[in-house]
Order: sequence, then structure tokens, then C-alpha cells
Amino acid sequence: MSAIPAPISSPEREWSLPSRGKTGMLNLILAESAIFTIFVISYIFYLGKSLSGPTPVEILHVPILDTICLLSSSLTIHFAVAALRRGKSKAFLFWWGATLALGLKFIEGTAADWYQMIYRENFSIKTNLFGTTYYSLVGLHASHVTVGLIGLSLVFLLALAGKVKQQHAERCEVFSLYWHFVDAVWVVVFTVVYLVGR
Amino acid sequence: MVSQSLPQAGAFGEHAQSAPWLERAHEWVVTVDHKRIGLMYITYSLLMLVVGGVEATLMRIQLAVPDAHFVSPQVFNVLFTMHGTTMIFFVTMPILFGFANYLVPLMIGARDMAFPRLNAFSFWMMAFGGLLLYFSFVGGSGLYGAGSAPDVGWWAYAPLTAKAFSRGHSTDYWTLALLVSGIGSIGTAINLVATILCMRCRGMTLGKMPLLPWLNLVMAGMVLAGISPLTAAQLMLCIDRYLGGHFFDTQAGGSAVIWMHFFWIFGHPEVYILVIPAFAFASEIIPVFSRKAIFGYPIMVAASVAIAFISFSVWAHHMFAVGMPSYGNAFFVLTSMLVGVPTGIKIFNWLGTMWGGKIIFATPMLFCIGFVFQFLIGGLTGIMVAAAPFDWQLTDSYFVVAHFHYIIVGAILFTIFAAFYYWYPKITGRMMSETLGKWHFWLFLIGFHLTFDFMHIPGILGMPRRIYTYLPGRGWGIWNMIVTIGVFFQIVAVAIFVVNLIRSYYRGEPASNDPWDAWTLEWSASSPPPAYNFAVLPEVKSRRPLWDLKHPEDPDWKYE
Repeated sequence: MSAIPAPISSPEREWSLPSRGKTGMLNLILAESAIFTIFVISYIFYLGKSLSGPTPVEILHVPILDTICLLSSSLTIHFAVAALRRGKSKAFLFWWGATLALGLKFIEGTAADWYQMIYRENFSIKTNLFGTTYYSLVGLHASHVTVGLIGLSLVFLLALAGKVKQQHAERCEVFSLYWHFVDAVWVVVFTVVYLVGR
Repeated sequence: MVSQSLPQAGAFGEHAQSAPWLERAHEWVVTVDHKRIGLMYITYSLLMLVVGGVEATLMRIQLAVPDAHFVSPQVFNVLFTMHGTTMIFFVTMPILFGFANYLVPLMIGARDMAFPRLNAFSFWMMAFGGLLLYFSFVGGSGLYGAGSAPDVGWWAYAPLTAKAFSRGHSTDYWTLALLVSGIGSIGTAINLVATILCMRCRGMTLGKMPLLPWLNLVMAGMVLAGISPLTAAQLMLCIDRYLGGHFFDTQAGGSAVIWMHFFWIFGHPEVYILVIPAFAFASEIIPVFSRKAIFGYPIMVAASVAIAFISFSVWAHHMFAVGMPSYGNAFFVLTSMLVGVPTGIKIFNWLGTMWGGKIIFATPMLFCIGFVFQFLIGGLTGIMVAAAPFDWQLTDSYFVVAHFHYIIVGAILFTIFAAFYYWYPKITGRMMSETLGKWHFWLFLIGFHLTFDFMHIPGILGMPRRIYTYLPGRGWGIWNMIVTIGVFFQIVAVAIFVVNLIRSYYRGEPASNDPWDAWTLEWSASSPPPAYNFAVLPEVKSRRPLWDLKHPEDPDWKYE
């Protein structure tokens, strides 16, 4: 019962606003970027300041295969959303599943790497300043990948049950923004940790 | 008057009035309605305001005379830590979020926030964050000792927070409380931005949006970029304390100064996160009680955005005494002074709005006039301490304490009181008592000035902050006594305010939909608004849609 009467003379003007889901996700990405920025800054600030070994070059192996997997999963999730928008649910299922598999390969790589370092080489978050910053930065990213994987699997299971339809394309796209963000952050983390910092 | 002809919709929850209390309480707990969540934020903050106020009062009693033994040094440390943390994170932020929650959808002609469930989630995260903080009083040392609340100061500088210097779990409760409530704040900010950008009614372009949603948009953007660094720093502190990390551990090469940087890169924008919604209240209330449209609307928006950007480059003016290189000091002096420019523009705009207006000195307007005056003085002492050499003399003294209380109490709290008197009729359907309101205003004004004007002086005389007592013969005693006397004026004033809030709810004069003859959309809904806000979503053509409605012969949209 608004007191504002609809104007009589005004024709139906064009009135379009941005999508809520995308705006919300972009804002979350902004907030997350700020968190990552602080961790990246502290990683760079503490480079070479550890009082004891090991140093990055002694212990880090560049995860090239994992990086390729993660980055290409951005492409597959894009294909998945595009397929869903055209209503091709088989293709969606394939590409979404591929994204999930590539993400799992990445996290498996990180886990194996960490297992090797923590249990074989006795290099943990407590060892030195480098250990603290390395495990927190890479761990922060890995935890974001894990959250993404949970979301991916949820949608994958729903899609297997035939519950993901064309009208859900926008929601999947909103989720894909998060996944693209996780990939983009990895580009920064990879550059800082494995290229510049080594 | 036009307002009388506005149709009355049924008040929300007529059914709820008759339901048993358990059912009503359940409805509030599970609600996703932006108005109810807003009211829960406000109520929660008012309760916390009392708690934080009691802590402040205890400190002031201790400091009233030299060599006092009212509380022990250990308790004093707890008091100033909890007072600061409570007032910033669990009073001022949630109360502003509460008003934003309540008002933004109504003012942009929407039926709810963009994500109602996220909204409820954010509120409860904040609420339980506060409970976590206060649980430390009983659980701070775990099961093997008496409780101990955090006592590391609200900045929690390293290495005070290291395991070695902060035994037990009090610091953990502090960290986790801020982490949890920070997640809630980020949720609310995401929600506000999405609501304001994506839910505006037809015709409300960004240039036609009222200033309150505009400034809350700026505030929410700042929360996203400003609270997140705090969240990151708290994560690092958790890693240090729980996993044995070395971020802030100087013995392993870590840096205590980097905590300061991380804290203040949050801490200074935080001040503007709090003050920009205060500007928003003033920018809505001053025009209505001056009977003029806001002066310089586009400049007002531009100045707010400018403040938001500049405020992210001033943080290290809190650290002049730490020993930064001279170019660092010079940079932060210049940026800090630069904030004064857009802020000054705003003050001139409010004065320009009042200038030549037909000013009505109702209680909301009185508080806003107090705000403009006190904000100016607080800003001027801010310019003083922004000069690094001056700051070296006065840093960590009571002068600084007086300066930032001038902003937080004199500016922010004053506009919050104004907002209560202004929007109370919309929220409850009844007016607050003007007589009690004027008593509240004058007593609080006197108390405020007694406390915080005179607090500058012991600071200049060299009294450091956070000391639990001082020796006689320093010349600080008389000033501290005056400061403490002012506190009791403030207590009486706030008590009158609380009485007014409760009494007006039952016996206040019934309010029409538009008791102030105002211009923004919330006054077109009934008082209180129905759960759905607007049966027909409104369409606007100017910044003052209700003016257009009331004055069809001379509508605003012809000129904007």
C-alpha cells in the first residue's frame, strides 16, 4: 500500500539493474582479494628473513602439472556454464565433471607435496618464518580450492540426479566466478612463491 | 497535510501481538525480514552500549583522583581492552548496520535486502562474536582457573599477544570474536552493496538515490576492503598462537611492526566506516529540519567517495612514534591532512543546507547541529595530531584519547541519537517525547563537553593513556575529576534516553506515516511498515519523491 501512485503518463521505461548474484559474488571476491593481499604482502616482506633454514630454493618443487590442471579448469567450467545456458545437460555434466577432476588433481598434488615436506623433510609451519608464511599463503589458497571443490561436487551430484536445468545457468555462472577467482589467485601465489620467491 | 491522506497498511505481525511469547521470540530468532534484523542489531548494540559504558565508568572512577585503588591494575587493563573492543565492534558497527538494514530497502523502494538469509546469518555471526568475547570473563583460562578477559588493548600489539606473554585463552577469545564478527560484517557489506546496486525501484538512478543509501554503499565498500585485512591479521595471530607460527615472533625473525601495519590498515578505514553512516544520518535529517533540499548533492557523494579512497592511505599516522623513515612520515602526514579537504567540503554543505533555511529545532536537529560543531573540533584536533612532530609529543596521551572520542561520541553517537529520534516514529508508529528528548540532548551535551573538552588538558600536560593511576602533584587531578563528573551527566542523559525509548513505545503520541513532512520513500510506507514494505513498488522521478507527490505544481524533477 505505497503512497506513491504509479505515474499515469509515464510509458514503460527501460529499467534494468545488475544481477544480484553476480554483484554479491564480485563483492565477496573483493573482500577475499583483500585477505589474500595481506598474506601475499607478508610473504614478500618476510622473504629471506628467516633465521634458520631451509630456504625456498632448497625445498620447494615447482608444481607445474598441478598449475596446468588448475588453470585449465577455468576453461572447462566456462564450457560447462556455456553448455548449460544452451540447455545441453550432457555436455554440462561432462565439462563440470572435468572441472571437478582437475580441481581434485590440484589439491591432491598439494597434499602430496605437503606430506613429502612435513613427514619426509621435517619442514613444517613451525620450522621457520618461511615455513609459517609458505604454509599459510598456500594453505589459504588450498582451503579456498577445497571450498570450491565442495561446491563443485554438490552441483555435480545434483546434475547426476538430473536436477540442474537450463534455468540454473546463472547460479552456476555465479559459482564459476568464484572458481575463476581461485584460479586467478593461484597465478599470483605461483608467481610470488615459485617464481619470484625462489 | 498530505501525510494524513497516505493510506494506513496493517501493522506487521498483528497475529504476533496475540501469540504467546515463546512463539513471538521464535519468530524473531528465525526471521529474515530486514526490519526485524535491523531492530535486533539495534537492540543488541544498545545492550552492549550499556556494558561498554559501565566499563568506561569504572575506569573514570578509578582515574578521578590520584593514587586510587578502586580497581586493580589487572582489572584496569581488562577494562580498557574490553571497552574499546566492545564499543567499536559490538556497539557502533552493529548499530549502524542495524539502521542501514532497516532503512536502506525502505529508502530505495525495495521489499527486502538482496540476500535475506545472508542478512540473518551476518547478524547472528556478529551476535555470537560478542558473546564469545564476553564468555572470556568466565572461560578465559579454560577449566583450570578463574576467567580472564582480554587485557592486551584493543590494538592487541605484538608481542603482547604472543603465547609467552598472554597465557591462557583470553587473547584467543578476543581474536576469535573479531574473526567471527568480521565475517558477519563482510556478509552485511556484500548484502548492502548488492541491495543498493540491484534492488532500486524504477527510476531511481544512482544520481537520484537519497544520500543515506549512497553513503551506506560507500561504507559497505570500505568494509569489504577494510575489515578483510583485520580478518587476515587475526588468521595470522591464530596461526601464531595455535600452530606455532612466527608471523609476529621477533625471536624467529618475525616483525611486531607488521602487526601494527595490518591492524591500522584496518583500523583507520574503520573510523570512516563508522563516521560515513553518521554523515548519512546528518545528510537526511538536516535538510528535513531546515526545510531545504541538501546543498551540493553531487559534491556530497564525491566527497564521501574521496574520503573512502584517501582513508586507505593514511593508516601509518597511528605509528609516527614507531620510527618510520622520514619519507614515510611525510607521506602519511600529507595524506592525513588531505582527508581534511573532502571532510571540510561536507561541513560546508551541511552549513549551506541550513543557511537561509527555516530551521526547526526538534530533537533530531539539535543532535545534528551538535554533531556538525563537534565533528569540526574533532577534525581540527585530528589535523593537529596528523602533523608528525606534534604527534611525537602527544602520541599515546590523553590528548589522542580526547580527539578520537570527540569523533566517536561527539560526532557518531550524536547522529545515532538523532537517528533514533528521527526514525523512531517510523519504526514504532509513535513519537518520542520531545521534552525528554531535549533533557537528553542538553544533559548529554554538557556531559560530553565536560568529559572530552577537559580530557585534552591532562594529555597536553603529559598524562599517558592506559595508566591505571597517577601520583598526586602532577597537576592532572583536577582535570580528571572534571572529566569523571562529566561522565555522570552522560549517564543521566542516557538513562533519560532509555526511559524515553521505552515509555514512548507504550504511551507516545501516535505518529502519522510522515510526521516530519519529509521527502524520502520510507515515509510513504505506513508506520510501522508492513512486512512487505510496499504493496506496489514505487517509481521515482527525483531525489525527493514525496516532495513531488506533495507539490505536483512544482516537482523536483523539473530542476534536477
